[in-house]
Amino acid sequence: MSLLEMKHIRKSFDGLEVLKDISISVKEGEILSIIGPSGSGKSTLLRCATMLEKIDGGEISYLGEVAASVKDGKELYVKGEKRKQISSYFGLVFQNFNLFPHYSVMKNITDAPIHVQKRPRAEVYEEARALLKKMGLEDKENAYPCQLSGGQCQRVAIARALALNPKILFFDEPTSALDPELTGEVLRVIKSLADLKITMVIVTHEMAFARDISDRIIFMDKGVVALEGTPQEVFGAEHARMQEFLGKFNA
Amino acid sequence: MGFGQSCLIFALTLLFSLPLGMVVYFGRVSRIKPVSWLVKIYISIMRGTPLMLQLLIWYFGPFYLWKMNIGGYKFTAIILGCSLNYAAYFAEIYRSGIESIPKGQYEAAQLLGYGKSQTFLKIILPQVIKIVLPSVTNEVITLVKDTSLVYSVSYIEMFAVAKQIAAAQTTVLPFVIAGGFYYIFNFVVAWVMELFEKKLDYYH
Ligand SMILES: Nc1ncnc2c1ncn2[C@@H]1O[C@H](COP(=O)(O)OP(=O)(O)OP(=O)(O)O)[C@@H](O)[C@H]1O
Ligand SMILES: [Mg+2]
Repeated sequence: MSLLEMKHIRKSFDGLEVLKDISISVKEGEILSIIGPSGSGKSTLLRCATMLEKIDGGEISYLGEVAASVKDGKELYVKGEKRKQISSYFGLVFQNFNLFPHYSVMKNITDAPIHVQKRPRAEVYEEARALLKKMGLEDKENAYPCQLSGGQCQRVAIARALALNPKILFFDEPTSALDPELTGEVLRVIKSLADLKITMVIVTHEMAFARDISDRIIFMDKGVVALEGTPQEVFGAEHARMQEFLGKFNA
Repeated sequence: MGFGQSCLIFALTLLFSLPLGMVVYFGRVSRIKPVSWLVKIYISIMRGTPLMLQLLIWYFGPFYLWKMNIGGYKFTAIILGCSLNYAAYFAEIYRSGIESIPKGQYEAAQLLGYGKSQTFLKIILPQVIKIVLPSVTNEVITLVKDTSLVYSVSYIEMFAVAKQIAAAQTTVLPFVIAGGFYYIFNFVVAWVMELFEKKLDYYH
């Protein structure tokens, strides 16, 4: 069974069709990268998967449970406890972190596990410290986001998402807002998560990284999956739009 | 004695108007159209007419309508008038503060599983308070000036004026006309400012 299944998803913004009948599925433990030109709908796809954006058509399910479905104008979005449960399956790391500026690093990470998931404080703190260590931020737990570099903020944001123990973690261009010299540290951290067998869907413009980390790559173009396969297959494909897209990076 | 009374007016007005402003804000952004319209009109009247005039209405309204004894409710009238007036200003300050919080904060909270009220109380409100503090401070300073004025004018002299008016059997019509004039003038100013705001709305 797929962990995430998105079937025939359609999404428009005031008449502009951004996702055109797109289908993707993600297996448990898989690392999927989504690449593609600006405006091709990558962020919109992640925002639909994480229910930040409502779909206009299609069906989204997690572990076989339908989270959202819109068919023939009939809209169904799970609500209440079921919604909470399904939402707890996924986490999202934003391009611009969206840390809570008025919370310390530690509180950013621990507040939701303690007050949303109602887990014991001591246990949550212990886990958070382990996560911070993993992120190379063990000395920053009392710092505030404004005292951190972009790369450090993003690593806190990753720790914050992981603290809720999601089954699948989405990344929307996690390094695009960073200075070039800071992208390496964040990519290294994401890579270290791969060893933990966490399911990840990563939208990125870091081609070498995507090629290196992914089990599978999707090349999105104009709201559809234009190409899909292993890194070798996708990067090696004789696909005009793909080669044009790659050309921009090599130039 | 006078100073003590002024302080009391000041403190009570703040005590009532700061939370009331939040209630007014929620009315202002209510999805129920008639509610948001009524609140908008309320805010525009409160901000568009002088506080002194509003106080006169709270003062003489009950007297003219129900022949109530002004001496019995004058303190209540001052607190009521000041609180309703300041709540309107605070509501607009809160609104600009809340609107300045990036959408990403709500989205991050949603992804972490916070409910709507948790998000507002834990994530949004503390940031808003920090942002609006300078503007609130300005209002509070204005309130200090207003209360001393209110006290000296309405608490002492107005009482005498009220007696004269009552004796002369005149009406409040001149006050209302004066108020209407102020209101229209401020309405035009507010309208022009709103145009500016819209012009600047192309970025956040
Ligand atoms: N909230 C919105 N309202 C209107 N249009 C939107 C909205 N969000 C996205 N769009 C439009 O949808 C299209 C796809 O946007 P999206 O952000 O999904 O692209 P993307 O592939 O993530 O691009 P990038 O690589 O630049 O991040 C764009 O044309 C964008 O302008
Ligand atoms: Mg994007």
